[in-house]
Amino acid sequence: MNNQPVYTDNDPQSELVTLNLGPTHPATHGVFQNVIQLDGERIVSGVSTIGYIHRAFEKIAEHRPFYQITPLTDRLNYCSSPINNMGWHMTVEKLLNIKMPKRVDYLRVIIMELARISDHIICNTIIAQDTGATTTFLYLFQYREHIYEIYEEICGARLTTNIGRIGGFERDFNDIAFAKINKFLKEFPVALREFESLLNRNRIFIDRTAGVACVTPEDALSYGWTGPLLRATGVDYDVRVSEPYASYEDFDFEVPVGTSGDIYDRYLVRNEEMWQSVSIIEQAMEKLKHEPAGIFHADVPEFYLPAKEEVYNNMEALIYHFKIVMGEIDAPKAEVYHAVEGGNGELGFYLINDGGRTPYRLHFRRPSFINYQMFAPMSKGMLLSDAIINMSSMNIIAGELDA
Amino acid sequence: MAEVTNHDLTELLSARFGEKITNVQEPYGLLTIETTKDVITEVLRFLKEDGQANFNFLTDITAVHYPEKKHGIAVVYHLHSMVKRIRIRVKVFIDQHQPTIPTATSLWKGANWMERETYDLFGVKFEGHPDLRRILNMDDLGVHPMLKQYPLEDPNRVDKKDEYFGR
Repeated sequence: MNNQPVYTDNDPQSELVTLNLGPTHPATHGVFQNVIQLDGERIVSGVSTIGYIHRAFEKIAEHRPFYQITPLTDRLNYCSSPINNMGWHMTVEKLLNIKMPKRVDYLRVIIMELARISDHIICNTIIAQDTGATTTFLYLFQYREHIYEIYEEICGARLTTNIGRIGGFERDFNDIAFAKINKFLKEFPVALREFESLLNRNRIFIDRTAGVACVTPEDALSYGWTGPLLRATGVDYDVRVSEPYASYEDFDFEVPVGTSGDIYDRYLVRNEEMWQSVSIIEQAMEKLKHEPAGIFHADVPEFYLPAKEEVYNNMEALIYHFKIVMGEIDAPKAEVYHAVEGGNGELGFYLINDGGRTPYRLHFRRPSFINYQMFAPMSKGMLLSDAIINMSSMNIIAGELDA
Repeated sequence: MAEVTNHDLTELLSARFGEKITNVQEPYGLLTIETTKDVITEVLRFLKEDGQANFNFLTDITAVHYPEKKHGIAVVYHLHSMVKRIRIRVKVFIDQHQPTIPTATSLWKGANWMERETYDLFGVKFEGHPDLRRILNMDDLGVHPMLKQYPLEDPNRVDKKDEYFGR
């Protein structure tokens, strides 16, 4: 499809209007621009411009040891930072052939599923908000706050989390964290059910979303869509099932798929995924009871950062700490691709290590970047107000789009 | 659906493309092959359309710069067969002074932005691309910043030099 901008030249005969949607517009979910041409309210053509917050993460990563790359990852999709953090850690662990204890895997699953819920809460409530349903937005949004409190209890941060380490977690989950997770598991399903009952059969909501921005599975695959967007078209693909990581193979869950690939299906798929995530977390909490307590990292002192108290009092720990932080660890010369199921699709890390202190090359396969490509072509012929809802339903995160 | 292994795929590709398929490896189980730019479109088309391989999904396109090599830019394709649950990595080394390679947009629409990004960051010109413009950086940047000759920091800074740390 031709993506070239078609600017009007103020010709009085022309009935087309050029509209700059963004770079900073409340409806664009971040800093990116769409120059669209409107015939009345209908979009005739559009061109997307991105790169306004491009921070050269791949270049920076080439100059940083493995540990110091973690803060770059959680600034990709900051709506579900822990998934990004752990995706990166698991990539390095794959490179270093580190095997995780089951308890660590289960703790990771809990955190990643909480992050997925948090991501889907944002996306689905924003779809509702863009159709005018502010109540649902405010109502469910507070549960994202509860998830942030759990993160805060575990790692001290809320948005850009830096949860985890190469080889496990920095510290064990304390009783307060587990209590908060249990509280969330008890309260969130009630709210989610109420959220669904407000929207799922809401006439206005269905009118605005059902049959709007339909995408065929062929188009979705050709454009490289993954995650809920792809699954809404009916393609049953989930990295957690096709290539399980962090012991996802131990869990019993379903991959919800849609039928028509419209906005309503994307909304339903995400809602159903939240139910599945709740079930996964419950299973993980149950499995944790059968695992020996207190294990929160693998026994790999040459790669896992020692605890601060150790560093202050033990020479060996201090040396390891220095070596690890300065990137002088013995990593094999190799290349590795590791993918995780992010909130909005397959998040991949392609890492080439040449034995130096920093990666020779690190490439992030960012789902937002790849998913968003279709926005302008699919907006053709759509009403402007529908395109706005379509954009919310695509769950585009500017940090991940530009990287 | 019959399973397909890395070995099967290697044989399949070798039978079809002969010596054009080189340096077959399996780092961490992911089949990695090298080929040349004159057959890359056919290789990708074969992988996509052949019933046994069935790589229906283009996961990613990117590049790597090796300034010391004669053919110093590797264009890397990650393909995925969702049906057979197998991935493959295809690499093409091209001349860094004339970095051109045929586009994959005729096979996957999603290749469009991936190639624009690779062009922007590495200067790889994808021949036949419908709209090869910069995507992340501004149009008048003048350089392709991921090439190794463009350091991230001021090269005259002494506090970052390895020799001062005994390395």
